[in-house]
Amino acid sequence: MKVVRPYGDTMDDGKVQLSFTLPVPDGAKGREAARKLVLSWGFKECEVVHSTPLAAEFSMYVAYGKTEASIDYDSVVADEASADASMDMDAVNAYIKAHIGRKVVIVGACTGFDAHTVGIDAIINMKGFNHHFGLERYPEMEAYNMGAQVPNEKLIEYALKVKADAILISQVVTQKDTHIHNMTEFIELLEAKGLRDRFICVAGGPRIGNKLAVELGFDVGFGRGAYANDVATYIVKKMAEK
Amino acid sequence: MKSKLNLPADRVAYARALAERITAPVQDFIDGHSSVTVERATLRLAGADGANPDGVPVPNLVVDQIRASDPAALEDGATIRYVNALLKSGGTVQALNDRIAAGWDVMSVPLGDRKAIEAKAEELVAGTLKRVKDNRGFREDKLEQWKGKNNSPLLYLIVATGNIYEDVKQAAAAAEQGADVIAVIRTTAQSLLDYVPFGATTEGFGGTYATQENFRIMRAALDEVAEKQGRYIRLTNYASGLCMPEIAAMGAVERLDMMLNDSMYGILFRDINMYRTFVDQKFSRMINAYAGVIINTGEDNYLTTSDAYEKAYTVLASQFLNERFAFDAGLEARFQGLGHAFEMDPTIKNGFMYELAEAQMAREIFPEHPLKYMPPTKFMSGDIFKGVAMNTLFNFVSKATNQGIHLLGMLTEAIHTPFMMDRFLAVDNARYVMNYIDGFYDDIEFKQDGIVVTRAHQVLREAIEFMEHVEKTGMFDSIEKGLFAEVKRPKDGGKGFEGLVKKGPAYYNPFESGLKRELGLKR
Repeated sequence: MKVVRPYGDTMDDGKVQLSFTLPVPDGAKGREAARKLVLSWGFKECEVVHSTPLAAEFSMYVAYGKTEASIDYDSVVADEASADASMDMDAVNAYIKAHIGRKVVIVGACTGFDAHTVGIDAIINMKGFNHHFGLERYPEMEAYNMGAQVPNEKLIEYALKVKADAILISQVVTQKDTHIHNMTEFIELLEAKGLRDRFICVAGGPRIGNKLAVELGFDVGFGRGAYANDVATYIVKKMAEK
Repeated sequence: MKSKLNLPADRVAYARALAERITAPVQDFIDGHSSVTVERATLRLAGADGANPDGVPVPNLVVDQIRASDPAALEDGATIRYVNALLKSGGTVQALNDRIAAGWDVMSVPLGDRKAIEAKAEELVAGTLKRVKDNRGFREDKLEQWKGKNNSPLLYLIVATGNIYEDVKQAAAAAEQGADVIAVIRTTAQSLLDYVPFGATTEGFGGTYATQENFRIMRAALDEVAEKQGRYIRLTNYASGLCMPEIAAMGAVERLDMMLNDSMYGILFRDINMYRTFVDQKFSRMINAYAGVIINTGEDNYLTTSDAYEKAYTVLASQFLNERFAFDAGLEARFQGLGHAFEMDPTIKNGFMYELAEAQMAREIFPEHPLKYMPPTKFMSGDIFKGVAMNTLFNFVSKATNQGIHLLGMLTEAIHTPFMMDRFLAVDNARYVMNYIDGFYDDIEFKQDGIVVTRAHQVLREAIEFMEHVEKTGMFDSIEKGLFAEVKRPKDGGKGFEGLVKKGPAYYNPFESGLKRELGLKR
């Protein structure tokens, strides 16, 4: 058992940095309200170090709290498909040659009304992101990026046409849970066509974790900080398992 | 303005000449065509408004009725049929709109005397143009009255709740915090709708529907804050997508001050048909020009989809093309908010100097244009502290190089739609930097063989090489071959192609001819 608490400048001091807005005017009363609020969250101490008016009826606070809460680090299981053991691009290509023996075909799109291609581009486009090349660059893969606002129906049609092994869905906009609606519809469409087992289904986006993706019927989900090689590693290992 | 970069004037002039040659065949095409949204924009300017019980707007009903009765009939323009129906029904424009919304077909009455129709149409044109001109006059008076009260560059903030009434609260708070420009970002699907929804709306995804009523509500709210603050607050919306001219028409009537409006954005980044977009952008820009609306072009998109360092020249090339298209639509330089962005990888050594070089280059090549400078987005992460640092450098470059319109970066850019305090912190950061370095740049000269100057010359050279290649290939073929933004768009592909209309010999559009007359356009 390994007990940990937030670390400010001394082991186990439990210091936490907070900032938030309250819909009240700035002033002594607002600051006291902020302090009491922080204490009500279980913090043992709270110092409101800054407040400023944002509008007549809104004010912002910066506060420091001290918590006694802790966690047994050894008991924690990470919700990340890739864990920390993803292969790099060259290793993925070598793995495909050794274990699959043909090119792996991948189709990706930003589905529904979502117009933000930044996620799918970072994973698929040649250039990749942050010095992790995209799947187009992988010699043992054929990757197709269909871009944004692609209807689920069209995506499945295309995946069948190019005989895809895996389908990647990117969802950036999550307002009003539109991503959940889109992702659910995609899986339901696949199931209705009896195609769910035909593809490895991967979801990704800044607000999408593995847990959510699996709950909605995907094989895996990738959130913030995932790169093309993380996605590729998962897909090729899953294919080899099959 | 004393040049810091000493860019070769003859090469800049050559680049402008290239832009003119590249766009000339496109202008020829535009002259011969209209589109369903150009016709609907014209109907809106004539007074067509409202929607049927299914939410289909009256301008769409009229255009659809004309096409349904005879697929070729739209080649004469839609206005003639609408005005004919107005004369035949003998009532007001409002009564006609109600009748059409209730299901009445404008094609059910025969075409009457052409002279009488044209006389009535001219009357409607005069009325609308007067309203737009008055709006422009009102804005100019207020800007004069409150001269010197806005920040420089103008601080631009976005609100995006989906609910226009919630947007109003956020926008008022943002303006009180110091924003000069409020943009109501549109719901994520709207650019691909081939109609403009009707009425006030409270549901949207990632933004709020652009409707005429929403424009009116936000305009009134910002005018109220402006009076309180003694500072004009500009309102912005998005005339991009499948309804460029209609959004421009609504904005002109409701006194919007800026419109996102790019000559190629829809083609490259929304897969809208190229011919359709070129036709639509022209008419929308003519409306903006007459209304005194500053357009914001979308060059930042080239940098978010490709590498900002390697592809810097595509921004400059696009600025030259956008400028040419804008001039051809009657927009003076002072209404051209040409776009660019601070999007380089923050790990590049001397990245700051390259950003500075490009911003300064844009300033020197486009001296009268209110350049629209976009903040870092691509490399913003969950590290909000790093985000603040990046935004601070962005603010520095923007102030130093005297940009015109400064879209404030949000520390939570990659995380969620901004909290109220995120906007405040952005304004606060910008005002801190902009005040603190106010005169700094006047004291600075660059080494003529240094990193900044060398980089600017290099980007200009690359932009010219690229434009030479485009000229040789031809604009339409260049887009088809993927020369722009690394996307290939087939000529007859993309959305909205079926909405393109070849003008017939009897094509009649009194607003187009009226605007051309007022703007002094030869074609």
